[in-house]
Amino acid sequence: MGVSIEVINLNAWYGTNHSLQDINLKMPGNHATALIGPSGCGKSTFVRCLNRMHETNPIARATGTVRIGDLDIYADAKPVEIRRRVGMVFQRPNPFPTMSIYDNVAAGLKLNGYSDHKHLDEIVEKSLKNSALWDEVKDDLRKKSGASLSGGQQQRLCIARALAVDPEVLLMDEPCSALDPVSTSKIEDLIFQLKSQYTIVIVTHNMQQAARVAENTGFFLNGRMVEFDATHKIFTNPSDKRTEDYITGRFG
Amino acid sequence: MDSTLPEIRIHHPQTEPDPEPESAVAAAAAPEHSAIRRYLLARGNSAVADRLFKVLMLLCALSIFVIVALIAYQLIDKSQLNWAQSGLKFFYTAVKNPVTGQPQYWDPVNGNFSAIPFIYGTLVSSFLSLLFAVPLAIGVAIFLTEMCPRFLRGPLAFLTELLAAIPSIIYGLWAIFVLVPLLREYVNPALVKTLGWTGLFTDDNPTGLGYMAAGIILAIMILPIISSLTREVMTAVPHSQREAVLALGATRWEMIRMGVLRNARIGIVGAVILGLGRALGETMAVTMVIGNTPEVHRSLLANGASMASVIANEFAEATSDLHRSALVEIGLALFVVTIIVNAIAQLLVWAVTRGTPSQAH
Amino acid sequence: MSTGALQLRSRFRAVTDHTVTVLAVVATILVIVPLAVIFAELIYKGVSSLNWDFFTKVPAPEGESGGGMANAIVGSAVLLGLASVIGIPIGIGSGVYLAEFGRGTKLANAVRFTADVLNGVPSIVMGVTAYALIVATHVSFLPFLGHFSALSGGVALGIMMIPTVCRSTEEMLLMVPHAVREAALGLGVPNWRSVLSITVRTASPGIITGCMLAFARVAGETAPLLFTALGNQFWSTSLNEPIAALPLQIFNYASSPYEDQRRMAWAGALVLIVLIVLAVSLVRYVTSRGVLKGNS
Repeated sequence: MGVSIEVINLNAWYGTNHSLQDINLKMPGNHATALIGPSGCGKSTFVRCLNRMHETNPIARATGTVRIGDLDIYADAKPVEIRRRVGMVFQRPNPFPTMSIYDNVAAGLKLNGYSDHKHLDEIVEKSLKNSALWDEVKDDLRKKSGASLSGGQQQRLCIARALAVDPEVLLMDEPCSALDPVSTSKIEDLIFQLKSQYTIVIVTHNMQQAARVAENTGFFLNGRMVEFDATHKIFTNPSDKRTEDYITGRFG
Repeated sequence: MDSTLPEIRIHHPQTEPDPEPESAVAAAAAPEHSAIRRYLLARGNSAVADRLFKVLMLLCALSIFVIVALIAYQLIDKSQLNWAQSGLKFFYTAVKNPVTGQPQYWDPVNGNFSAIPFIYGTLVSSFLSLLFAVPLAIGVAIFLTEMCPRFLRGPLAFLTELLAAIPSIIYGLWAIFVLVPLLREYVNPALVKTLGWTGLFTDDNPTGLGYMAAGIILAIMILPIISSLTREVMTAVPHSQREAVLALGATRWEMIRMGVLRNARIGIVGAVILGLGRALGETMAVTMVIGNTPEVHRSLLANGASMASVIANEFAEATSDLHRSALVEIGLALFVVTIIVNAIAQLLVWAVTRGTPSQAH
Repeated sequence: MSTGALQLRSRFRAVTDHTVTVLAVVATILVIVPLAVIFAELIYKGVSSLNWDFFTKVPAPEGESGGGMANAIVGSAVLLGLASVIGIPIGIGSGVYLAEFGRGTKLANAVRFTADVLNGVPSIVMGVTAYALIVATHVSFLPFLGHFSALSGGVALGIMMIPTVCRSTEEMLLMVPHAVREAALGLGVPNWRSVLSITVRTASPGIITGCMLAFARVAGETAPLLFTALGNQFWSTSLNEPIAALPLQIFNYASSPYEDQRRMAWAGALVLIVLIVLAVSLVRYVTSRGVLKGNS
């Protein structure tokens, strides 16, 4: 089941570029929270701070508090531990090219030393079912490589891979931006179902998508979070003029 | 921790309060989920393993420096004996034979060693090889990049790559059994007859071995390197340069000369220097055809020796520690010279193909 | 310019253009011809001597004709095995460092430059170094030092492999897309495991071919073995004694007074060149298929 995420005074830099400034928000568990905003506003950076992927860039750093459940992920744990509890799906599907579908899904467990093969079979099946890919690949699990699937299938494979390690939070950084509309709608249905088991944070350029899947939405602009509220309020009656300008398409 | 929570919770969007703390929720989850979570939570952060791995890889990378240092140290150390005796004079003077007045370059019996004939032989054979190889290599590069029909390009490039992969010993084998007789029977006499007046071609060496044979086989060996690197720098010249010249009404050769070669000339110089570097150090093929005579002769058809060839010939059976030390010192000189030449060449080529990964030769 | 002068200049330019074209074609032919001739010679002279004796007998005693190159083939295998054990792990390790840890750092640039320069050092200098390090060093409690041996030859060849394998490994690893690494890290896989099991594994076809190229290059090296492995007229696979090698034996037979032994030199050269051509062709085939094509 999902946990809540609390962010207190988060600041992030890329070298001297202060890309996130004083972010404060609280995302409830078992909900989907959407983050919207124009290109370069910092929403991807923010999401990458939630699983400390931001630090993989050698010139990047962050200060502040991020609490996942009751765990302060910067003070109380190391990045590797965090990333097992906070999964991520990236903008472009990135299955491991040399591995089969089965190995892709099991990768997070196998590479962490898990060797109970019978159990792995169950987990792979469950994860693929949870990501609505099982029926399409169940006969070719070990025969087909991850890279031989279509774009939408690859992204669902990446979702299955992330789910297999049973995270508490699932971060999705514009997961449908490289996909066709049919795959996009399949994944949106998925997100809707996954909400009941995980906490989801989804970065999206597509405001209709935010409206469809998320209970809460945050609007980012120039590294600051301008407004965070229930989705229907953001889109029908935003409090801040900048939000209203973005929603109505005046910029971005 | 409440362990009697119902199995399914219905979640209503926007009305749901914050859920229970994670441990209670985890207890309510299905058994296999928490097993995975428990397993992963117990894994730790492998900071030690990561650090160990990084250190190990760093040590491997540092081994490159260690190798260079090792070579330098061993060469300097083992040439001390000869250095103590002759110092720098080893490279530019020689003891004279008291009877004949002729310089006695290499005398293992009496312990007098001078590197002059080998430096001379290396320079002559390398110079000859560049003389033959550079025009041909550039010609081939021009043909392959600008003139060659598309279907031929692949196979021809593959063939030149193959030429570069042939080991020196095989070139040497071919040289003594095919090239040298050819020189002996036909080419050398013809050279003596036509160009003997220059003083560079005399007929007192009927074997067919000598500087000329070494120069020719070296030319064949360094040609692929110069050619493929020249091709690389020529293709790095942007098409806009070619088009600009053509738009002015140039012929194809003029386009090549002004639009391509002019822009690529630094890289081509680098390619030539790289070829020189290879020619300087080439051992087996040269050893087999240069004649192994530690003397200096003006005639290009005379027997001689190169720095690499004398080491190859005499090292295993060196008669004294001083003899071996002199050979090691020649090796040290060879090491220093090839490092400098190759470093210059690398810098020149890198300056032109900046950012493009170089081919592993 | 008057029309006449213009026309003359035009013709001159056209003639120059055609001459250059002809010269370029001639140059190419002049380059291809020796290659073709060398191969033809190798095959013609070599094939006839590839008989059973060649692969099973050791060289005949001094002053006799006949014999074979069996010990040389085995000896080369031993030397190359030792060289690979030394050269491949360290070479791959340094390539991993350059691509995964040191990217953009001054240290990595220095290592890369030095490796390229090392690749240009004559192989005979490597031989002298191995000689000084192993053959000329006498330590009483280390019996493998102080004499000619297969060990010293293997070390000389191994050191030669390191810079080559390092550079080719680095190039292959740089081709692995960043997204693949991110995917592994995002799953909470430790960095060392991600590098080995994901990045290196993805690039492994290219890395293996790089190793094969380095292998093929040292397989044909003679100079570093002349005073380290020394050569051996008898069967020997011991690392602690001189050992025969294919290029060394070719060198010896080339200057033999006996026609059949000279022909065996050609046969040995043919065996060597076949191995090298196979390696180079395989490399081309694998890299043309692309590094990232999955193998399932």
